[in-house]
Amino acid sequence: MNEEFMGYERSNGKVGIRNKIAIIPSVVCVNHIAEQIANKLDDAIAIKHPLGCGQFGPDYNNTFRTLVGLGSNPNIYGVVVIGLGCENLKSRVLAKNLRRTKKPVEFFDVQDIKGGSTAAIEHGIKIGNQMRQEANELKKETFDFSNLVLGLECGGSDSISGISANPTVGIVSDRIIELGGTSILPEFTEWIGTEHLLIERAINESVAHKIHNTITGFVENLKDLGIDFLGVQPTPGNIEGGLSTIEEKSLGNIAKSGKSPIQGILDYSEPPNTKGLWLMLEPGLDVESMTGLAAAGAQVILMTTGRGSPCGNPVAPVIKLCGNPKTCDWMAENIDVDASQIITGEKTIEELSEILWLKIKKTLNGEQTQAEKLGFEDIAIWRNTASPFQYMHCK
Amino acid sequence: MNVKFIIMNTRDNCATALEDIDQGEEVDYNGKKFKINQSIPLGHKFALNDIKQEKYVIKYGQRIGIATEDIKLGDWIHTHNIISYYLKELLNQ
Repeated sequence: MNEEFMGYERSNGKVGIRNKIAIIPSVVCVNHIAEQIANKLDDAIAIKHPLGCGQFGPDYNNTFRTLVGLGSNPNIYGVVVIGLGCENLKSRVLAKNLRRTKKPVEFFDVQDIKGGSTAAIEHGIKIGNQMRQEANELKKETFDFSNLVLGLECGGSDSISGISANPTVGIVSDRIIELGGTSILPEFTEWIGTEHLLIERAINESVAHKIHNTITGFVENLKDLGIDFLGVQPTPGNIEGGLSTIEEKSLGNIAKSGKSPIQGILDYSEPPNTKGLWLMLEPGLDVESMTGLAAAGAQVILMTTGRGSPCGNPVAPVIKLCGNPKTCDWMAENIDVDASQIITGEKTIEELSEILWLKIKKTLNGEQTQAEKLGFEDIAIWRNTASPFQYMHCK
Repeated sequence: MNVKFIIMNTRDNCATALEDIDQGEEVDYNGKKFKINQSIPLGHKFALNDIKQEKYVIKYGQRIGIATEDIKLGDWIHTHNIISYYLKELLNQ
């Protein structure tokens, strides 16, 4: 069967499934201004975040890469970058990097506008409206799945996720990769205990070493800090739910990645440079994870949840899949695909994967996910690098 | 009544209960009939074969732990009779 979806072609050849205008503050101080501008525009989002000031070295680079990645995502037609003026994460530099995508990018600093925040908001709305009109001219075209980057997330997991929603996502991820597309699996804390399997699936020795070193490096860090992480995994709740070992828990997580070969490990928010399945360095925190996936270029994210989670992403639509019958009932408005029929025995994982596949196609073609309808536009940037401040203590 | 359970991979030697299963309930698995030896809560596992001490418990077609005692067909499998081989290896380093 010829599998296709409707999307927007960008100047750099990437394909978006949404056509949004992004208002990106370079620094926390202008978050409110960015939000006020986005609120006045059609189909615009504000990427509010708490960073951008006083960051340096790898910590700066990580935030910078994430903001560039979010604006570069093909779901974004154009970007308005707003700085305050005195921060070290400069709006001009951010805009320069975003222009590598050849998409429309404008920028200004609030301190350069006479009239304070009100004038800055008016200025931003004017620029944004112009961009919106251009964006509306764009027509959707047909594309194949090789243009798709899928994010694989799970949050609020229970013992049911690993035997229902996660393997369902695994089948779909493999299918997208067979069609020439790309998938990204974050959450390295839930690879622990399965590294031998991930290594077996590595495309070469170098990738195998990187997987090994990433996981053992993390375990060594914990040992150095005197943290008995593995002694508390699985958690008491996991054990009560039936998970007996860390291997069993992590196997449930990596089930989302199917059986495809692993191309490599991406840094947080790093876009993959080839198709296929990639791992991404990220510690298993849902909003940070989905921010990193969207910054890496994922146009859509599949999120499995057992206990239920409402969160979403402003750049990439998030499709929620839940295997727990009670959660599907109690939090129905936050769930897109009810996978509880696996548990009730009414449907197999394969049958559910067909239902998920149809939902993905509808989402790609423009149907809003529950998180989109409810307005969940969550952003959190993982600070995974040494900051001189993190070792400060009061004596 | 048929007991509800799921087997993640054909290589698995355990199944996961999709409902609370009472002790003594009968399972019919591919024509192999056996009794459940302890009550198994939803999401927990039971053995599809006898698993000798020191042998692997397989789920998702993968090793999830080592039996710390002989496990009989129909036995509840959990932290009382399996341990993580990953942790065991790590602790032995």
